Amino acid sequence: MSDRRGPDHRAGKIMTPDEIVGRLESGMTLGIGGWGSRRKPMALVRALLRSGVTDLTVVSYGGPDIGLLAAAGRIRRLVTAFTTLDSIPLEPHFRAARERGAFELVELDEAMFMQGLTAAAQRLPFLPIRAGLGSDVLRVNLLLRTVTSPYDDREELVAVPALRMDAALVHLNRADRFGNARYLGPDPYFDDLFCEASDTAYVSCEQIVDAGRLAEHAAPQTLLISRHTVTGVAETPKGAHFTSCVPDYGRDEPFQKAYADAAAGPESWAAFRARFLAGSERDYHLAVRAWHKEQR
Amino acid sequence: MTRAAERTVTRAEYCVVACAEAWRDNGEILASPMGTIPSIGARLAKLTFAPDLLLTDGEALLIGDVPALGAASGVTEGWLPYRKHLTMVLGGRRHVMMGASQIDRFGNQNISCIGDWARPRRQLLGVRGAPANTVNNPVSYWVPRHSTRVFVEKVDMVSGVGYDSAAAAGPSATRFHDLRRVVSDLGVFDFATPDHAMRAVSLHPGVTLEQVREATGFTLAAVPDGGLPYTREPTDEELRLIREVVDPRGLREREVRA
Repeated sequence: MSDRRGPDHRAGKIMTPDEIVGRLESGMTLGIGGWGSRRKPMALVRALLRSGVTDLTVVSYGGPDIGLLAAAGRIRRLVTAFTTLDSIPLEPHFRAARERGAFELVELDEAMFMQGLTAAAQRLPFLPIRAGLGSDVLRVNLLLRTVTSPYDDREELVAVPALRMDAALVHLNRADRFGNARYLGPDPYFDDLFCEASDTAYVSCEQIVDAGRLAEHAAPQTLLISRHTVTGVAETPKGAHFTSCVPDYGRDEPFQKAYADAAAGPESWAAFRARFLAGSERDYHLAVRAWHKEQR
Repeated sequence: MTRAAERTVTRAEYCVVACAEAWRDNGEILASPMGTIPSIGARLAKLTFAPDLLLTDGEALLIGDVPALGAASGVTEGWLPYRKHLTMVLGGRRHVMMGASQIDRFGNQNISCIGDWARPRRQLLGVRGAPANTVNNPVSYWVPRHSTRVFVEKVDMVSGVGYDSAAAAGPSATRFHDLRRVVSDLGVFDFATPDHAMRAVSLHPGVTLEQVREATGFTLAAVPDGGLPYTREPTDEELRLIREVVDPRGLREREVRA
């Protein structure tokens, strides 16, 4: 019998953001983790913008991930409960795209969305919830149905369909090369559910640490994501920028404001794209650093 | 400054007291205020007549102290990430005070979009948690600028469920549906009428009923003989807590100007 405590020579699942995006195809249903302008896998979204992948159904508690993809015309259908920059309530690209009828919207309540992810993770066709009853969510989403409890209460509830995805993108603070991943901030959001509810899942992280050292100095429940749900892992320092990734960094509020201001008009947005989004991920961070120097 | 001048209560401070009153006798539940004045109100309630309330730091922590608005909390008493927060909504141990881009006479609220949903004239936030909130836990509303643009005959996208919509949807929708009050910069309103149509409960000092009617896009339920009372005065202690402890930077005066 071999020594199972010996060095671990398994190759792992490390990929570059461009390799991850290379696994995505136009027309896919893509989940994006995080919440609003918090811990969004922005480096992967930027890599997606550099690719030709389009015609996507995107499932997200929306933030600038949705704004950027909408501005680039990559979304055919959006499944969400909101799209916001948090400190700036209205996401300008999302708003403009909706007002010009750029994509189909499936608008769900936040708790309905969670129920849909949970149903998908558990391979159920739907899960019931009270939320949605009496609201126009049921009026505008023609696919939504209700279900009657088989028990004595006979309650009629909303049957939220499973939000099953082809691929999910999430960003965590730390991961090992096998795809186990930790969050260090106060909120896991729904990133583990996104991975479990998706046929493939890709984790970007601030830092890849040696396997076996991931749990050092940490409570085990911060190990949010387990490798059996992960297809690939990428190290992308500042990969959630300009959204927050506490405690590694907070939201870059001045830059987020510059993003939102630039989104107001076609010329200012073209200038923003040319300056920040035309090159590689490294070019992006250099351009952001230079921009911050100018603001002093 | 003279003592009389110190005691002069601003409109924003009446609004704070009116919001705080929403959480009176609520017991050991989460107060979820959205907006500056509701946040001051919830903290004032916790410091005075509703000490058992739970409050969050606006992120994922339940706080055990009552810091000034904008200041960091020094005491964490619990963990409430979004997944637990949503579960708490569904369990009903929470009273949220939401904003409203539009609200109608039966308390239907819209924060999603203005115009036809299929191609909105103005996209707003999306429904967020309003559909779940309104059929699961007590809900109140805060409107910092009372106008016919907000108080409308019919909302464009029912996000928060009103009394008529809940009734039409059936017993599962009405079972835990409970709209408590609407506070605006002009007065306090509720739905305690036979058909749950909105009525004025009190006016803030300096506001006339005529002014409220002009700023409301539907007919409010009849006012009782003898007219309406004014929104209650803050006590000296409440005024001190608002000005010195909860909102020393005077953020309330930016949300509702004198």
